Amino acid sequence: MVFRWMATLGLLAGLIATPAVRADVVKVAVASNFAAPIQRIAADFEQATGHKLLISLGSTGKFHAQIRNGAPFDVLLAADQETPRKLEAEGLAVPGSRFTYATGRLVLWSRDAGRVDAEGRVLQGGGFERLAIADPRLAPYGAAAAAVIDKLGLKDTLAPRLVQGDSIGQAHQFVASGHAELGFVALAQVLVDGRLTGGSAWRVPEALHAPLHQDAVLLRPGADRPAARALLDHLRSVRLESFGYAR
Amino acid sequence: MTVDAADVEAIVLTLKLAALSSLILLLLATPLAWWLAQGRSRGRAAVSALVTLPLVLPPTVLGFYLLVLLGPDGPVGQLTRHMGWGLLSFSFTGLLIGSVLASLPFAVQPIQHAFESLGRRPMEVAATLRARPLDAFFSVALPQARAGLLTAVILSFAHTIGEFGMVLMVGGNIPGETRVVSTQIYGHVEALELGRAHTLAAGMVLLSFGVLLMLARMRRGRGGRVAP
Repeated sequence: MVFRWMATLGLLAGLIATPAVRADVVKVAVASNFAAPIQRIAADFEQATGHKLLISLGSTGKFHAQIRNGAPFDVLLAADQETPRKLEAEGLAVPGSRFTYATGRLVLWSRDAGRVDAEGRVLQGGGFERLAIADPRLAPYGAAAAAVIDKLGLKDTLAPRLVQGDSIGQAHQFVASGHAELGFVALAQVLVDGRLTGGSAWRVPEALHAPLHQDAVLLRPGADRPAARALLDHLRSVRLESFGYAR
Repeated sequence: MTVDAADVEAIVLTLKLAALSSLILLLLATPLAWWLAQGRSRGRAAVSALVTLPLVLPPTVLGFYLLVLLGPDGPVGQLTRHMGWGLLSFSFTGLLIGSVLASLPFAVQPIQHAFESLGRRPMEVAATLRARPLDAFFSVALPQARAGLLTAVILSFAHTIGEFGMVLMVGGNIPGETRVVSTQIYGHVEALELGRAHTLAAGMVLLSFGVLLMLARMRRGRGGRVAP
């Protein structure tokens, strides 16, 4: 009899204890350039912890505006350091939670093999009608692309051929679908397992633009969620070289 | 409240796009509406449904298929390249094609209603007076349907100005070529330049209100016969 009671109590205790380790849902805003890695990271993270990630992709500038207007994201994986820093200053992110999770590379890419040479000389000449970049106001990769064009002294010649995507994701889509022959995209977008998915590319020397350090930050809605902190911890331990990033 | 050169450029481009779209639509929609209102062919229901499609489809659907069709792998894209015109996506022409398609029902429906309310009688009378069908159309049917034509032009103009989703997909945000007021507002909001967004948005509200007010006045003057 007593044994039965104990068993029932044990079962009840088990039921009550379960929520403590219950799987949680984490809402993550992710800069478009990190679209491929975050899919893999999410799969690993969900398997390891039982938590679930809700991923939103977009430009960093767009997320900044959305978060300021009350978007309920727990974590932001930005494409720059500036936006997380600003969010922290604005009291919208948890102080001290910021860290650089990746450093990206900018590439000039075409889906046509042999169109882009190893020095990017294709930009100086003709032979193309459209050059896609991300909106420099919203996307750090777009700002970096604009800086490169400026530094090469090609601002005036290239201006009429520029096609602006909303994010680096849209810029990539413009080139991948062939609507634009060339585009400045993130190396991570055209790399799978360390190899170019196709076409031709010029890895833009990092001296031509400010480094693309990308910071992650814990946002206010995620402050009390262990799952959100667990995701940031997980992110610190992931190797990103094969995705086209340095740490 | 500030308006800079980029905003003015977007406004001018939007007005140009809307004016050209409604002009093309007037020429295209009038014969189509006549055929839908008077014709006896079997395909009328299907064509009517087809013309109305852009009214219910998300603009992204239109934008998506335009991207596919006008792209280098699409039939239209291959044709335009073959003709040496390059690709139409991210160009004013591409945007114009999209606008005409998106606003088609707004032009066809008022004209069709006007022709339908005319009935067959005036054309039959004209025929007994030995007017050839084309002559009767231009001197009897068209003047009678004047209010419908006007409504069509105004509505397609207003709708083109308000188009957003399709432009965002096929536009590419090029100043003076594809960057219209609606996408400019979107960009301002995304970049947190709310003052600039506000100026343009308020202008759109005023303009749209003015257009609808004008239509309502016209309708009252005609005893409710001018249906959009």
